[in-house]
Amino acid sequence: MDFMVFQYPMISVQACLDGVLLGILFALIAYGMALQWGVMNIINIAQGDLVILGGYIAYFMYLYGIHPAWGVIVAPVVMYFVGIAIYKLVINKVVDRDLFISILATFGISILFMQLMNFAFGADVVLANSDYGTTMLFNNNVVLPNSKIFSAFISILFAICLVIYMKKSKLGRAIRATAQNARAAKILGVDTEKVYAATFGINAALCGVAGALISITFTIHPYMGLPYTIRSFMIVIVAGLGNLPGVAMSGMGLGVFEEFADYILGTEFRIGSVFLLLVLILVYRRFKLSRKREYLK
Amino acid sequence: MNKIILSFISALAILFSTSVVSLAKVVGDKIVLGAAISLTGKYSSNGVHTQNGYNMAVDRINSMGGIKVGGKTYKFDIIYYDDESNPKRAAQLAERLISQDGVEFMLGPYSSGLTKAIAPVTEKYGVPMVEANGASRSLFTKGYKYLFAVLAPANLYLDVAIDLAVEKNNGKGVTVAMAFEQDAFSQDVRLGVLDAIKRTGSKKVIDDKLPKELNDMAATLVKVKQMKPDVLVVSGHTKGALTAIRQISEMKVDVPMLAMTHCDAAKLSKQHGKNSQYALCASQWHKTLTYKDDFFKDGITYDADFTKEFGYAPPYQAAESSAALLVFKDAFERANSFDQKKVRDALAATNMQTFYGNIKFAEGGQNVDKPMVLFQVMCDDAGKCENKVVAPTKWASAKLIHPIPSWSKR
Repeated sequence: MDFMVFQYPMISVQACLDGVLLGILFALIAYGMALQWGVMNIINIAQGDLVILGGYIAYFMYLYGIHPAWGVIVAPVVMYFVGIAIYKLVINKVVDRDLFISILATFGISILFMQLMNFAFGADVVLANSDYGTTMLFNNNVVLPNSKIFSAFISILFAICLVIYMKKSKLGRAIRATAQNARAAKILGVDTEKVYAATFGINAALCGVAGALISITFTIHPYMGLPYTIRSFMIVIVAGLGNLPGVAMSGMGLGVFEEFADYILGTEFRIGSVFLLLVLILVYRRFKLSRKREYLK
Repeated sequence: MNKIILSFISALAILFSTSVVSLAKVVGDKIVLGAAISLTGKYSSNGVHTQNGYNMAVDRINSMGGIKVGGKTYKFDIIYYDDESNPKRAAQLAERLISQDGVEFMLGPYSSGLTKAIAPVTEKYGVPMVEANGASRSLFTKGYKYLFAVLAPANLYLDVAIDLAVEKNNGKGVTVAMAFEQDAFSQDVRLGVLDAIKRTGSKKVIDDKLPKELNDMAATLVKVKQMKPDVLVVSGHTKGALTAIRQISEMKVDVPMLAMTHCDAAKLSKQHGKNSQYALCASQWHKTLTYKDDFFKDGITYDADFTKEFGYAPPYQAAESSAALLVFKDAFERANSFDQKKVRDALAATNMQTFYGNIKFAEGGQNVDKPMVLFQVMCDDAGKCENKVVAPTKWASAKLIHPIPSWSKR
């Protein structure tokens, strides 16, 4: 264990800011997962792979001389239709089945996507350079790449747009109604089939935005999707479904937790610490639920 | 109906038996080698480089007269299987190549991990394997008798960088920050650096292990900014090299010397341009080295011929793969036989020069006659970057730029 992060206050500030910026990006992916989990009761294991696919869209734009930041507009549009296609081909057949079937189905989609991306784009690690430069704070002691700030800003922008859309638009209201009670919504004339397809499409679009941002901020690779799935799963578990402020807070919390775990436990335990936290939270939830059950008895 | 089924089965059996015969070790004028290569999965890029290197050498050797054994001329042929970048699959395929296809001589796969999976199988059957892409030290300490590696072991990758930094520090020890991925290869590189640190009286100030899934090493770099080491060494395959350069440039991390592995496989200068300038990269081979042989002439010619054939400049993974075939050819001719034991003994006695470097095997099977080289990424004002060898001095084509200018002065 290394407590250097506490010995130098500026490292703590750096870790917090890095964590918050990273967490906002995680929260965007998690919000998509929470949305389709809440509406369709599907845990999408392929979430991370959709993110990486979105990243490749931005990367290819960059390769063809277009600034990768435009990827945050193009990737969600393309990914929306990819999402609809996945829904029509696979998800609509498992949407009313039990959770285990949907996990298996999306796990299959995940493997298929990894292999297809590897086949189509190759196994090289790639990135899209934004050349956004760096922001120096506190007498150059804290350094924030502008690409991270840009990612957080775009994530917040998309989250706000989505919240407004869900509140004001007809489809948004239909999605919320379906999430509350699909049967009642159907009786009242909501085409739940369309709602499901749109929800999965919106989730894929959010993944597309996040992927484009990741290709600008970090690196992408066909097999890098799973950690993003795990992180979003964790955020949703903590925050609950349909709770955007909760998802945002939980995302930022996870980002900061990861950064501090990296400094204290070592970089090798960074992802491992997320898994550990997930187990602890699940145990805690179960403990809380069993107490509630006792009380009801 | 039964007759039809019976004749169908007999036809299949005949077809199968002929195919087995046609794939046996030496058929007519062909010496059939077997190779499980990562054509899909996470190692597929380097798997393809390996395959291209093998194919290039097979074509060249065959077109230049082939292999002369017992007064007869033979040609090389290779049976490839795709190991899907999966060690278990690689071991299964090695079994299949040997016990079903009758292959008696093998070429190695890509990566230390997959070579580790295959080596026990080839050893069990006494099949000589010349491999070109497994550098992990642990491969050469298990007492394998049939494994031969044309490349320098992993622990020699970056120790030369520490020596260089000490030399630049007037022989005094330096402070070293290390970030290594947690895989067999990178951890061996780390052991080599640790040996060099001990040998030179240097001091390690950061020793981070990077997980395989990582694409963010900001925390390590923040520590580097704080501790201000003399050297930062990074090894995490292409992912590590790309992530390090991206974040070092974004976070404006100033360090006098930055040394890493896998720069050319990561196409560092292409993906990062001037941001990758001054990075020191360990390499098994560079086209400007002046080694020579009769088949590929020298590094520059190999580079030109490979680029013409495959449309891209050869990374060292391709060059060392081609060298593996030259070693096999030499061993067959010296053994003057296809007896596995004799070929194995001939391989063990190899002492030759190829365009890739000198090749002489130690008892463990590693090549002890070829030093690693370090090149430095150097860019001109127009942003065009080139890799130039700076160490060892014997092969240097440019002078090392040290210390790296700070980001504020670039």
